[in-house]
Amino acid sequence: MSENGMFGGKGSGDTSGFGGLVNASTVIAPTQRPYGGYFDQVADDLERAYPLFSDAIEKVVVDRGELTLFIKAARLVDVAKILRDQLRFEMCVGVNGIHFPEETSRELHAVYSLLSITRNQRIRLEVCVSVKDPHIPSVVDVWAGTNWHERETYDMFGIIFDNHPGLTRILMPDDWAGFPQRKDYPLGGIEIEYKGATIPAPSQRRSYK
Amino acid sequence: MTTFTDPYASSQETTEGRVYSVTGGDWDSLVTEIGATKEERVVLNMGPQHPSTHGVLRLILELEGETVTETRCGIGYLHTGIEKNTEFRNWTQGVTFVTRMDYLSPIFNETAYCLGVEKLLGITNDVPERATVIRVMMMEFNRISSHMVALGTGALELGALSPMIFAFREREKVLDVFELLSGLRMNMAYIRPGGVAQDLPEGALKIIRETVKDLRHNFKDNQKLLVGNSIWLKRTQGIGYLDLAGCTTLGITGPVLRSTGLAWDLRKAQPYCGYENYEFDIPTTDTCDVYGRFLIRMQELEQSLRIIEQCVTKLEKLENQPVMVADKKIAWPSQLSVGADGMGNSLNHIREIMGESMEALIHHFKLVTEGFRVPAGQVYTAIESPRGELGVNLVSDGGTRPYRVHFRDPSFNNLQSTAAMCEGGQMADVIAAVASIDPVMGGVDR
Repeated sequence: MSENGMFGGKGSGDTSGFGGLVNASTVIAPTQRPYGGYFDQVADDLERAYPLFSDAIEKVVVDRGELTLFIKAARLVDVAKILRDQLRFEMCVGVNGIHFPEETSRELHAVYSLLSITRNQRIRLEVCVSVKDPHIPSVVDVWAGTNWHERETYDMFGIIFDNHPGLTRILMPDDWAGFPQRKDYPLGGIEIEYKGATIPAPSQRRSYK
Repeated sequence: MTTFTDPYASSQETTEGRVYSVTGGDWDSLVTEIGATKEERVVLNMGPQHPSTHGVLRLILELEGETVTETRCGIGYLHTGIEKNTEFRNWTQGVTFVTRMDYLSPIFNETAYCLGVEKLLGITNDVPERATVIRVMMMEFNRISSHMVALGTGALELGALSPMIFAFREREKVLDVFELLSGLRMNMAYIRPGGVAQDLPEGALKIIRETVKDLRHNFKDNQKLLVGNSIWLKRTQGIGYLDLAGCTTLGITGPVLRSTGLAWDLRKAQPYCGYENYEFDIPTTDTCDVYGRFLIRMQELEQSLRIIEQCVTKLEKLENQPVMVADKKIAWPSQLSVGADGMGNSLNHIREIMGESMEALIHHFKLVTEGFRVPAGQVYTAIESPRGELGVNLVSDGGTRPYRVHFRDPSFNNLQSTAAMCEGGQMADVIAAVASIDPVMGGVDR
């Protein structure tokens, strides 16, 4: 795998011509109470319903009118069940991954967007794991609809969702090597084999240098 | 067993049993062979290129005679890595990428993305009202063109050709409006962070009013053909059943959810783009089946027309208002205009940057090549696309390019319900059930 980008960009992969514009990812500081809006109510309800609340929650972030609960991976399924059954977050509309290579031992984040039709509210759960041990328990038993979302997150980021009924690649071919959405995975530069003929990597056949 | 010379039908022995490949033409020789085997269980691969599968969807059906015992979807044939690509372009260029995801509802992709960027920038309330009303009007037109494809191809897949002809006739009218307003019929990249790419051309509102009148009149053709049609009822009533509990656990939204009787529509429940200022109804049915979803789409057409009429009235009052945020550090420097040789950058703007102001040229160059910076953070914005909740998860690291763009596409999520809708039913009903989900593979695979 070549590190050169599709347009011959090197190092940062910045193709705009402004090579030095790479920013370190920013870790958002936790928010203290009161969170504002319905967020205090959600946090109160969860604390009441779940005695291990303080142990399960790493931090709470309220940013731009959205509530994010950072949950320890080991407690995720417990919290998810309580959110569904007692707080009435009936739907998990999706799971997606984010890769922060600078956050040592918390490089991979899985983000769960929850929707409560009963309360007409949204919250977000975030679980952080390391690249070396990317295991998160699956919530397919709680929300069946997360099945494909978890498969996509596995496919793109390599997060392994334990106890998933069939954790296989979903968008990329089954025999694909690597996890394309990780930040250390190049854009382009992948050798493509098409019906026996090989096509040179984009950096070899076109360059805007 | 005889040996075949038929180029369209052949069979071979594999570890999983005998595999028959048929691609068209005369299958007589295979029918004889399949009939001679004792096993009733057949695993049928339908797609990924099949006229009944709505694009490159691959359905793996396990059959006992005509009854479907198991259904699985194979997707990914249209994966284009759009989410990864956006990380290598600036925030404005992202619009051009995301519009190509769900290609039947490009305006919704653009709007959801731009609402997310604006939320990250904290300029949600600074977007001019005229731009917001134009966005709503474009979205509702897009809802009509998307539903037209859903209805037309859905009917076609069940063997009814005329509804498809009528539906595509109306869709053309909507695409003409898109062309008039944005210069393009599909993938317009018309909605931009901070507003829209250009203002309406002269005389557009009059043409839109006439189009709305035509559409309302012509919708009746399909209504007369299908609503209450006994063949249509037999193919759709009680087919593809999925109730409310199934929908919530599978995260299903859109017409499929509303066919269970729950009036859940983000335009009403969690309004964006000022939808709370429009009068419209949320059509529902309580049949949980393909026919109910069909009726909902038919009724939503009329509701979209109602919203468009209200948009036109609002736009008449907002004449000569801006369509882009005032902040010059965000607003794309050049407004497009239509000249003698087609559409391009406005000549006034070219004159200014090339002949009058060095600073304007530098500003233009910086903003177009480098783009604007977006404060670090994460947002999730969701809008009601024709297929359900279209969510966008954006992450910024404070730079000029997105750190992560994730689309929660309703087609991707809703396609998971195929097994629940089809297993235990007839094979022919799989086609009706998939058509009622209305998956668009561009959105599913991204």
